[in-house]
Amino acid sequence: MILTEEEIREAAEKTREITAGCDTARGSLIPVLQKIQDRLGYVPAPAMEEAARHFGIPAVDVYGIVTFYNQFRLTPPGRHRVKVCMGTACHMKGGNIIMESWERVLKIKVGETTPDREFSLERVACVGCCTMAPVLVKDETVIGKMTPTKVDGMLFSHQLANKKEGVPQ
Amino acid sequence: MSENKNASVTLNTIRSRVAGDWESLKQKTLITVGSATCGRAAGAVEVLESFRKEISRLQLDASVIEVGCMGHCYAEPMAVIYHPGFPGICYGYLDQGVASRLVQDFLVEGDPCVEFALAATGPNDYIPTFEDFPRGTVEQKHVMKHCGFIDPENIDHYLAVGGYQGLAAALSMSPDQVIAEVKSSGLRGRGGAGFPTGNKWELCGKAPEKTRYVICNADEGDPGAFMDRTLLESNPHLVVEGLAIAAYAAGASKAYFYIRAEYPLAVKRVAKALEQAAQCGILGQSVLGTDFSLEIEIFQGSGAFVCGEETALIASMEGRPGLPRHRPPFPSESGLNGKPTVIDNVKTLSHVPFITQKGSQWFRSMGTPGSPGTAIFALAGKLVNTGLTEVPIGTTLSRIIYDVGSGIAGNQTFKAVQIGGPSGGCLPKEVLDTPIDYDTLTRAGAMMGSGGMVVLDEHDCMVEIARFFLDFTQKESCGKCTFCRLGTKHMLGILERITKGQGKPDDIDLLLELAEDIKAGSLCGLGKTAPNPVVSTIKYFRHEYEAHINEKRCPSLMCKDLIAYYILPHKCERSCDACVGSCPVEAIYSDEDRIKVINQEKCVKCDSCMVACPPQYKAVVKVSPPDEVVRKEKVEQ
Ligand SMILES: Cc1cc2nc3c(=O)[nH]c(=O)nc-3n(C[C@H](O)[C@H](O)[C@H](O)COP(=O)(O)O)c2cc1C
Ligand code: FES
Repeated sequence: MILTEEEIREAAEKTREITAGCDTARGSLIPVLQKIQDRLGYVPAPAMEEAARHFGIPAVDVYGIVTFYNQFRLTPPGRHRVKVCMGTACHMKGGNIIMESWERVLKIKVGETTPDREFSLERVACVGCCTMAPVLVKDETVIGKMTPTKVDGMLFSHQLANKKEGVPQ
Repeated sequence: MSENKNASVTLNTIRSRVAGDWESLKQKTLITVGSATCGRAAGAVEVLESFRKEISRLQLDASVIEVGCMGHCYAEPMAVIYHPGFPGICYGYLDQGVASRLVQDFLVEGDPCVEFALAATGPNDYIPTFEDFPRGTVEQKHVMKHCGFIDPENIDHYLAVGGYQGLAAALSMSPDQVIAEVKSSGLRGRGGAGFPTGNKWELCGKAPEKTRYVICNADEGDPGAFMDRTLLESNPHLVVEGLAIAAYAAGASKAYFYIRAEYPLAVKRVAKALEQAAQCGILGQSVLGTDFSLEIEIFQGSGAFVCGEETALIASMEGRPGLPRHRPPFPSESGLNGKPTVIDNVKTLSHVPFITQKGSQWFRSMGTPGSPGTAIFALAGKLVNTGLTEVPIGTTLSRIIYDVGSGIAGNQTFKAVQIGGPSGGCLPKEVLDTPIDYDTLTRAGAMMGSGGMVVLDEHDCMVEIARFFLDFTQKESCGKCTFCRLGTKHMLGILERITKGQGKPDDIDLLLELAEDIKAGSLCGLGKTAPNPVVSTIKYFRHEYEAHINEKRCPSLMCKDLIAYYILPHKCERSCDACVGSCPVEAIYSDEDRIKVINQEKCVKCDSCMVACPPQYKAVVKVSPPDEVVRKEKVEQ
């Protein structure tokens, strides 16, 4: 992915702000990366390089961490994040059907972001609401008992809200 | 240790700050709303708002607080109303309308609206209590006793119900005495393997190195289990107390919570609990006024299942990829930063305060001789009453499924119960009457694991569930051991082939052979147990594998490639268009007689039409194999 000059500068700057108040013990690396992702929404290459410099380790080690753990993103998320639960209970109650519905309405595959960066689609393993299966998490809200029709409805009300606010489609 | 005798005195001083005991908090009108993740997903936040709005509109003298989850997740959103002159009454399936009505009818006019009541919290003449239901006769709540009743973000509530007395009791003993007590209680780790907890602490306590750590494992990675989340969200202080006792016994002055990234609310509530405990002098330089000092920090996991394994967990805390390593040395000898480290599961630690307070004999009075105490299970899947339960170890599966879970939902029949997640297995109805503990489950081909139970009915395909777990373990394998990395991939490939109807006759034997190799060739529990879901389903449901392979048929009508949707013409009520409207890909059309027909080419098998078709017609059916449609069409003509 190609980043703009502005994005590169911002990533490096924010990372320096985060590492400034932090020791250089290797044990602090993952918490630092988590903070970067909290601030930027993802962990871009310039941020990894900056973190590597702070901890005095090769950048490839940081890359190894970022790619090992599922939580870290290498690309920016959409403005809204849809995470469909793919845990046992949700799977047995049709979680994959919900995922396919989203893929169909958003015209992207799981792990991708729509070209307008409005939505990104992710999978999660059990958010701990198995009793409401199938479950999805939109931004920070857990929504239970999903159906394909509810997926259509969610997208529709989202577009409606955008129209009201005058966001160009 | 004479100073430590004062711990109880200090605790009493801290407790005297609290307005009074838990009973006196309920003298005034009090509404508690369950707002753990399960409640929130069902709309608890809106219900909470309605209660607050209505009370302030009517200017009533009542308080509304947020509590955790009492385990009856199926009935969320839930609330308990304590109103003077009435027993505490628990209401379920609430919405905003019912919430406003309860305020008006009950608090203003004195009608408790029993039609919405689930149960009362104490004995009375007109509403049964939770204990009066079959569920109440099976359950024995100790760890979960206060979950869903007290405010998890308010230490005063925990103190009011007798909190931190287990810690005070432990501090009045020597660390060796605490270890001896836990050892004689027979407490076994609730995180999966069932290792005796006291022995682990002893090993760490005896280590020559004086810098030691204690870690609470809250990485709950089993995709279908939520016990640890509920405990941390509903009563975090209990776990903090258990962790403090473990640290005291093992001689550690630094402890950690390792909490899964997907549990933001648990992180928030534990952080708050730690802050409050430190403010009261329960944590910090001088714990409860003694010379024992303890600092506790939170470390957030980053979403890797293998990090639940203790050596991988340590690697990730050290800022490295979470790869397990060979044991011995065990973490109790050489763990975090090479120092002796005790790692215990959330549930294990939650039992500890009761043991130090009530004694090992009391603990041994529950459960089986080999596995004393109670166990917490998460019930999910096709049950009527899903949620959490705490029962003595040795309870039979059928009592849990039928008495606690109220049986299978939607009048379907029980097929299997999946226990222990990706490390466990599927057990059929023949095993339902076995008393379950660590050893009986392992013998049956499953595993206690974390305590997640997913109940399956006849619409659930056993090959598909095995494929699902293999897909999970294959993705989560850290890649260190060849057999785990490639073996699971190979097994997954075979299972995918079978669920697509491309299985070969010798596939079952090949799967069993691979299973043996993966078990033998893997370093950690992930690989060693990964084949369990496949082996157990072959053992008990071999006929389903054979139907997929030999007849290209999915008997449970679940595997997408082996089924088709079909509308029975004689059942279709022609004037109804429900299915047409529900189809997201416009695959359904009306023929010349206005009977609805599915265009099989276009159909994405999303199930919408089957749900949309009104229950009085039930015209949409699934058939397997798919060419059954052609046969049916011929018959109809
Ligand atoms: C792949 C794998 C995943 C594990 N996940 C967890 C987990 O999520 N939570 C947990 O408490 N223990 C988990 N364990 C078990 C831990 O390694 C360890 O046995 C446990 O934390 C010890 O605590 P206990 O003695 O209280 O059970 C896992 C083990 C393996 C092999
Ligand atoms: S399996 Fe989806 S929330 Fe647990």
